[in-house]
Amino acid sequence: MTLKARTHMHVHGAHGGRRGACVRRLLLFAALSGLMLSAVADALPLQRQAALRDLVHEDCGACHGMRLTGGLGPALTPQALQGKDHDFLYATISEGRPGTPMPPWGPLLTRPEIDWIVDYLKHPEGRP
Amino acid sequence: MRRLLLVFLGLLLGAAAGASELRGTGDLGVVVERASGRLLIVEHSHDTRLAEIDGLGDLSHASVVFSRDERYAYVFGRDGGLTKVDLLTRRIVRRIMQAGNSIGGAISQDGRLIAVSNYVPGGVRVFDADSLDLVADIPAEYQPGKFSKTVGLVDAPGNRFVFSLYDANQIWIADMSGDPHKPVITRYKDIGKAPYDALITPDGRYYIAGLFGEDSMALLDLWHPEKGVRRILQGYAHHDEKLPVYKMPHLEGWGIAGRQAFVPAVGQHKVLIVDTEAWKLAGEIPVHGQPVFVMVRPDGRQVWVNFAFPDNDTVQVIDVESRKIVKTLKPGKAVLHMEFTPRGESLWLSVRDANRIEIYDTRTLEKVKELPADRPSGIFFTDRAHRIGL
Repeated sequence: MTLKARTHMHVHGAHGGRRGACVRRLLLFAALSGLMLSAVADALPLQRQAALRDLVHEDCGACHGMRLTGGLGPALTPQALQGKDHDFLYATISEGRPGTPMPPWGPLLTRPEIDWIVDYLKHPEGRP
Repeated sequence: MRRLLLVFLGLLLGAAAGASELRGTGDLGVVVERASGRLLIVEHSHDTRLAEIDGLGDLSHASVVFSRDERYAYVFGRDGGLTKVDLLTRRIVRRIMQAGNSIGGAISQDGRLIAVSNYVPGGVRVFDADSLDLVADIPAEYQPGKFSKTVGLVDAPGNRFVFSLYDANQIWIADMSGDPHKPVITRYKDIGKAPYDALITPDGRYYIAGLFGEDSMALLDLWHPEKGVRRILQGYAHHDEKLPVYKMPHLEGWGIAGRQAFVPAVGQHKVLIVDTEAWKLAGEIPVHGQPVFVMVRPDGRQVWVNFAFPDNDTVQVIDVESRKIVKTLKPGKAVLHMEFTPRGESLWLSVRDANRIEIYDTRTLEKVKELPADRPSGIFFTDRAHRIGL
């Protein structure tokens, strides 16, 4: 739900020319997500977790390999990520890596969603 | 004795039934079901599924080339697997693990060599198309002990392979026309930052690499390799509203119609038109999202475009003459690939999240059929066997 709202907005923002509507939506979204964040911070709905897992393998996988064993981008297996702390991985996903093909996913994902992805990458076992 | 004869007759009949009637392969193709490591064999005379082939390993970003007799498919897996599949007997003929991490391959002009582009170990390996025995190993060593990931590997006339070095900003030509065990390598340095993919024009003359690190492309004229690599389309990706790029466009998807090339813009909601004689921008068409594949119908009249996440539920059709979008289709979430039948009356597309292939009549732009497939990605028809660079 949250992702959908954001995605929608992102697309409109991209076309430009609807800045007023865009800003209003942004505010509305911020207000809504503020309410939602507290609810989802602890545990994302199972359905959302499954969608995020798909995102990791299918979309991140386009560069990092569907099995996250690496491609044009580096491997994202637990072994490969050993010694990289949560904040570092969070920032990489959220802001991307300037000068490389890694894009910022912050515009498309919420904080708890990115947190979930970092946890999933480090501990893929036992997840949906 | 009589019983033995009966058994023998039975075996003969069984064998005949297994091979079924004689058939050609010009209307065959394969669909990659990447999550399950499976290949579907399909045919487009009657739009049906013929068989499933299991056991192809990690097929993320898998690509396929065909032998010139259009009987064998060579499947390049992400995990370094190279698999030769017989489309007639519907079996894996041979499968080797040739590297640790790969990104596609090519078949030589004479059909005798299969080259694979590897990330790990960085370089290109060349195999005998019949036996899959190693013929040549070309490590992409650009500094002592440093090996680059290779991308954009294509076949070129003169039994050459051309590819780019992502980590080293180079383009290499491997000439296999002499002793294929000793390819002659020509290296072009400083061709531009981070080439991430490349294409060769359908006539086999121009090799063009997309550069991640800058707003231009690198062009090598294979009729005049002595002239070196030059930069074209400077500033083509630069734009105030440039968006993050969630899926790099495929350059194989460049559609060339007459002297116009239809090109996915990077990070923008546009298809660019490039004049292929001057190699300059000649126009742009606003589209629904960031284009991934921009495919020209074989007769050059239409261009079909799919898009990157989060707009990958949409396909748009552009009329080449008027440069207008004539149809916007919503096949479903995650349209990953499109393939025209050889003369272009139909287009097949894969809708990953809907678990199906959709087949469109390109004249009416209506869907004519659906086929079930398990999270399908790439679709490849055998007529690619006779096209340079595919």
